[in-house]
Amino acid sequence: MLQNIRAFFTRYNALEVETPILSKSTITDPHLHSFKTGYLNHHYYLHTSPEFFMKRLLAAGSGDIYQICKVFRDDEQGQNHNPEFTMLEWYRVGFDQQQLMDEIEKLFKTLLKKLDTELSWQSVKRISYQQVFIDVLGIDPLETGVVELKSVTEKNNIEIPIGMDADDRDMWLDWLMTQAIAPSLDKKQFTFLYDYPASQAALAKLNSADPRVAHRFEVYYGELELANGFNELTNAAEQRRRFEEENKKRQQLGLDIIPVDENLLSALEQGIPECSGVAVGLDRLLMVLLGIERIEDVLSFGVRKV
Amino acid sequence: MASYSTNEFKGGLKLLLDGDPVSIVENELVKPGKGQAFNRVKLRNLKTGRMIERTFKSGESVEAADVVDANLEFSYNDGEFWYFMDPDTYEQVGASNEAVGEASKWLKAQQLCQVTLWNGAPLMVTPPNFVELTVTETDPGLKGDTAQGGTKPATLETGAVVKVPLFVESGEMLKIDTRTGEYVSRVKD
Repeated sequence: MLQNIRAFFTRYNALEVETPILSKSTITDPHLHSFKTGYLNHHYYLHTSPEFFMKRLLAAGSGDIYQICKVFRDDEQGQNHNPEFTMLEWYRVGFDQQQLMDEIEKLFKTLLKKLDTELSWQSVKRISYQQVFIDVLGIDPLETGVVELKSVTEKNNIEIPIGMDADDRDMWLDWLMTQAIAPSLDKKQFTFLYDYPASQAALAKLNSADPRVAHRFEVYYGELELANGFNELTNAAEQRRRFEEENKKRQQLGLDIIPVDENLLSALEQGIPECSGVAVGLDRLLMVLLGIERIEDVLSFGVRKV
Repeated sequence: MASYSTNEFKGGLKLLLDGDPVSIVENELVKPGKGQAFNRVKLRNLKTGRMIERTFKSGESVEAADVVDANLEFSYNDGEFWYFMDPDTYEQVGASNEAVGEASKWLKAQQLCQVTLWNGAPLMVTPPNFVELTVTETDPGLKGDTAQGGTKPATLETGAVVKVPLFVESGEMLKIDTRTGEYVSRVKD
């Protein structure tokens, strides 16, 4: 699969790059936990994705780039999670999210054809985050308040988790996504969900026609999430504001405050081309292509065996 | 009171849920791509033995249950309670019929058992996987019939009735698998 991916990007003119795994800064997302380590008495983090370094390359004029690397996320282990996993991340200058989705489709189709797999290519479904909530639950996720989100959860006989923050809209939406939306997606088809709520897309550009949504998308196969992409935010001041907002949220949750990545922000200030980027979990993609149920079975050694 | 965060969840961890002690059987992460993670957990209620499923927001803390497993020696049964003794401290605890449950079939004096204690009181009694018990009553053995199948009931010293091969005689000591309740072999001194 790795050979076929590299051949694909060679053919379509993207440069393979390698960026550091250790960084003085990391993502501020309160739902992502970076491994922390030390070097010369300073804290360093293992990257959760190569995004920040790759954006610095884009700002330096790299043009289209891709990377295949191991990424690390603390507290993630389960049927579909391993704390270290392999990510394919790439950026296309001048692409919007729909164009990038076209390319993902092309890549997946190519990989499927090259692999000896029983899976046959089905047409891909693209639907907006808003529309899928309307179709499945009959609610508009951009407008519905927490009271109604709770009653929809109850009406659909979905358990309410212990510790649910009743006032957190995004938490309700995330919960409904995992319990109602994802399970409703076609089991034998790739589904692209796009235009995520602005509140769930700290690194994406907002939709200028409807600022309630951002140019963020996710790729699912059945209910397994495979990839996450954006039309990238290029405004440094706005990016700083979002980092700080997330750090505020981290503080409320009693999590470490993450030093904001000044190198990334100054790269954005210098100017980064309009571009879109996506991160694909390759272990999960391999699970899909080979019809395997547990991530451990596509890894040489899962975390429970290391 | 001690508590555990969801990121410490693993099989065998004992928690207090709705006032009952429970043990984690399985812990699965549920996450919508980016965004809030949840832990879907399969738990065994240690009082009733029943399996339940609950979901926690990741990062949530749950009170720990003061549950420990101790190796205690069975002493006697007074009709209401089954008494177990710590062979080191000679401390004694009484377990209810409910806590002893199926284990009662295999309990004879001095038998070491795993007793699960909650706040010091017995919650569950687990006999060893194999116990050795004497046959008190069975039909006379058929000499020479050691190879053929065919079984007959035999009553053991604890009152339990197990199926045994036809050659087994009253007074013989048998090895029994307590997990299946099946005869394993004769025990020869």
